[in-house]
Amino acid sequence: MSLRLLIYIAVMAGVTYMVRMLPMMVFRRKIRSQFVQSFLYYVPYAVLGAMTIPAVFYATGSVLSASIGLAAAFILAFFGQSLIVVALAASGAAFIAELVSGWV
Amino acid sequence: MHIPEIILFKESYSMSSDDRREFLGGLKDGIPIALGYLSVSFGFGIMAVSGGLSVFAAVLISMTNLTSAGQVAGLTVIAEGGALIEMAVAQFVINLRYSLMSLSLSQKLNNRFTWLSRLAVSFGITDEIFAVASGRSKEVSKQYMAGLISLPWVGWALGTFLGAAAGEILPEKLKAALGIAIYGMFVAIFVPAARKAVGVLAVVLIAVTASCCLRYIPLFDGVSDGFAIIICTALAAAAGALFFPVKQQEGGGEA
Repeated sequence: MSLRLLIYIAVMAGVTYMVRMLPMMVFRRKIRSQFVQSFLYYVPYAVLGAMTIPAVFYATGSVLSASIGLAAAFILAFFGQSLIVVALAASGAAFIAELVSGWV
Repeated sequence: MHIPEIILFKESYSMSSDDRREFLGGLKDGIPIALGYLSVSFGFGIMAVSGGLSVFAAVLISMTNLTSAGQVAGLTVIAEGGALIEMAVAQFVINLRYSLMSLSLSQKLNNRFTWLSRLAVSFGITDEIFAVASGRSKEVSKQYMAGLISLPWVGWALGTFLGAAAGEILPEKLKAALGIAIYGMFVAIFVPAARKAVGVLAVVLIAVTASCCLRYIPLFDGVSDGFAIIICTALAAAAGALFFPVKQQEGGGEA
C-alpha cells in the first residue's frame, strides 16, 4: 500500500472521528437552531441522492443493465422492502440483464 | 476481618455481573445491525477493489471509518487522486450529522462514563447504533455501548473483507452486477423516506438534479467528483432546511 493511500485513509478516518468525538467531549448543550437541525436531518438523503445518480448508471459497466438494476431497486424500495432485499434484487436484476444481453 | 472482605467481594462481584449483563444486552441489540452491515459492506468491499484498492486497504478503511456514505465518497476522492483538503471537507460535510447524534447521545450516558470511555464510544456512533442507543428508555452504560458497537463493527469489517476478496475472484459479470448492490442500499434508504416526507423528496430531487448538472454540463468539468458531492449535499440540504424545516428532530437519517 502506497504512502499516499495511507495518508488519504488517515485523513478520512481522522476527520470522521473528530466529527463524532468532539461534540461528545466538548459541547454539552443541544443545538437549538431549527435550520441547523433540519439541515443535518436532510444531509444523508442529499448525499445518497447525489452519490447514486448518475454514478449508478456506470456501476455495472453497461448503462442498460445498471438501469434495470436501478429500476428493480426503486420498485422494491418504494414498496418498503428491506435494505438487503433491495440491494440483492438490484444486483440480481443487473446480473440477469448482463447475461441476457450477452446472449442477444 | 474476613467478613467485610467477603461482603466487598460479593458487592464487586454483583457489580461485574451487572456490567456483564449490560454488555451482553448491548451485544444482543447489535446483532441485527451487524447482519445489515455485513451485507452492505460486502458491496463496499467489491467497489473498493474494482476501484483498484487492495483487500487490506479496503478493510483498513472500514475498520477505521465505520460509515457507508463517507467511505464511498472517500473512494471517489482516492480514485480521482483528489486533494487531501477535498477528502477532509467531503468527510466533514457527509458525516456532519454524527455531530448531532454525538451531542444528543452525550446527554444519555450514565455518570460512570469517564473521558476515556467517551473517547472510545464516540468512535462507534452510526445512524443505526445511535437510533438503538437513544431508543432505550433509561440511561446507557459504557458496557452496553461497548456491546452494542462490537458486533456491527466486526460485521462491517468482515463484510468488507468478504466483498473485497470475492471481488478479486468472482467472474467479471457477477462482480459488475454486485457493484450496484451498494447503490441499491442507498435507494432503499432514500426512496421510502421520500415517499413519506415531501421535504425528503424535494431534497433528493435537488441533489440528483445538481449532481447530473455537475456531471454533464461541460462548464462544470473542472469540478472534481468529491467536491461535486459536497456541493450537491450542501445545496440540497440547505434548500430542504429552508423550505421544509423539520421540527424537533434529533438524529439524522439512516445512511
